[in-house]
Amino acid sequence: MTPTTPIATSSPSVDQRITSDLLRPLMQTSWRFYLLVAVFGSIVAAALTGWMTQMTLGFGITGIRWPVYWGFYVTSFVFWIGISHAGTLISAILRLVNAGWRRPVTRCAEVITVFALMIGAMFPIIHLGRPWLAFWLFPYPSERMIWPNMRSPLVWDFFAINTYLTGSVLFLFLPMIPDFAVVRDKSSGLRHRIYRVLALGWRGTPRQWHRLETAMQIMAIAIIPVAVSVHTIVSFDFSMAPVPMWQTTIFGPYFVAGAIFSGIAALLIAMAVLRRFLHLEAYLHPVHFENLGKLLLTMALLWGYFVFNERLVTYYGNKPPEMAVFWRTQRESFAPLYWTMVTCNFVLPLVLMGIRRFRTITGCVIASIGVVIGMWLERFLIIVPALGHKYLPYSFGIYRPQPVEILIAGATFAAMTLLYVLFAKVVPIISIWELKAGVHVPSALIPPATQEHPLGELHL
Amino acid sequence: MKAIYGLYPDGQAAQQAVNRLRAAGFADRDITVLSPQPMEDYEFGQRDKATWMWWFACGGGAVGMATAFGLTWLTEMSWPIDVGGLPIFAWWPNLIIFFELTMLGAIVATVATLVVTARLGRPSGLYDPAVSDGKILVGLEQVPDSAVPELETALGAVRHAVVKTI
Repeated sequence: MTPTTPIATSSPSVDQRITSDLLRPLMQTSWRFYLLVAVFGSIVAAALTGWMTQMTLGFGITGIRWPVYWGFYVTSFVFWIGISHAGTLISAILRLVNAGWRRPVTRCAEVITVFALMIGAMFPIIHLGRPWLAFWLFPYPSERMIWPNMRSPLVWDFFAINTYLTGSVLFLFLPMIPDFAVVRDKSSGLRHRIYRVLALGWRGTPRQWHRLETAMQIMAIAIIPVAVSVHTIVSFDFSMAPVPMWQTTIFGPYFVAGAIFSGIAALLIAMAVLRRFLHLEAYLHPVHFENLGKLLLTMALLWGYFVFNERLVTYYGNKPPEMAVFWRTQRESFAPLYWTMVTCNFVLPLVLMGIRRFRTITGCVIASIGVVIGMWLERFLIIVPALGHKYLPYSFGIYRPQPVEILIAGATFAAMTLLYVLFAKVVPIISIWELKAGVHVPSALIPPATQEHPLGELHL
Repeated sequence: MKAIYGLYPDGQAAQQAVNRLRAAGFADRDITVLSPQPMEDYEFGQRDKATWMWWFACGGGAVGMATAFGLTWLTEMSWPIDVGGLPIFAWWPNLIIFFELTMLGAIVATVATLVVTARLGRPSGLYDPAVSDGKILVGLEQVPDSAVPELETALGAVRHAVVKTI
């Protein structure tokens, strides 16, 4: 098949098949949906109870105390903001390069961004201890004219995360409008009324399609630098502080690379789960996993490059406070976590994604689970060993996470799954119109307006 | 006055229907085309392509940047804090706020332009749910009763056409 060969014959029957397959999860509810909601909902409820307890009893029930004030919560904050780079950034890049294989992938990815950002943004509020005062972070003219300090990286976080969240929600919502129109036309009763509102009167005129595609193009261009800025600014939370192994110029790109790395891993896991449970085998093909697997391999190599740079420069600098943290992670108390991180983030993806025979869906999922674990450990190992061993002995200390922190941090994975399950229940998880556009055959007489890489055989 | 339209299985058939309506003396602005996906590979899919959206996005970005400048200037002058010897209004850290609000302005302006120019959220005209099943609708919304038989013939002459009058 040449790149310009049509993928499949476009016909109403193929369109109907796509529509019915992708609307099935919305129209039919199995017992497994209720089970998943019950299980993950219970875990989230338990974590909320833990948070309420923490608010009632105070931060004393956590392991966060001098000198390690940033523990599991800030680790989870950085981790989830990193995971959020899966969606919008990858989707935007694939849209701009017009990669045809993006079509079944983009929405799965964009959803991860929105939910991961929401979860990540919760952690500074949880970490505040008194979340009802979170509005103090907002730049508003208070009674005493006390404004937030615009030179604080935490205020930069506020602007960056909110810009990225707003952009990502809109980037996710806009291409959903034509799909809402499809659900509107295929449903009745209350569901029809709800989707009629969401569809905003969408009809599918050439004007509407052009405007939507132009808007998506502009937003893709705008959202890429915003995504890069978000994790760069999160890295500034660390690199602006005089803490050993933090104050380094490499943290910006290192964090961005790590974020994309963990984001791709999360996307691969989500796609595999969706493919299995929603029976989307006809849409999420092995080629999608293979392509993303190659991307995961690239990011694993890039991550290894950054870690090597960070370590080598510190080693050559040979400053005692930095070397103390260096050896703490490599040879002393944090060594088991450090080498687990290296295995999960570098060795495992290198083997599984580097050898073509292992680059299967199962291989991608195993490597991705490893990367998610490894990247969480990476965030933890950046924060805790350095905070517990700063410049002078009076500031040395240890951090022992307490049950409430473990519960809240762990429950975020359940929250992510719960939100994803609920989303897949109300919105087609694969963009229907984009998929149809992928199987649309251009006229032989008129050259196609756009050229793209073929999706591969669609076995419909 | 009646509305008349045909439903077609593919772009080529829809293009033929559009051409027949033009041959019958109707202008492009009177012909409604609805498709389940973008049809840029056909001539009718190229209609209404010109847009000022890029310029509005740039304008939104400029407004965002101006807002960021005003916000940082106002806040830092209203509550001057010495941070590590930095000037009260320090450009380098403020550039981050400028950047974020510039991009936010561009994004919001883009979406606003989309809503207005794509006429989202307004009462809709001619429509048939068969479009969601992959059919392409080509029709006219305001047709004199006397012209209906001729148009039914014109729209129905295209292969696999389903013509409806309402």
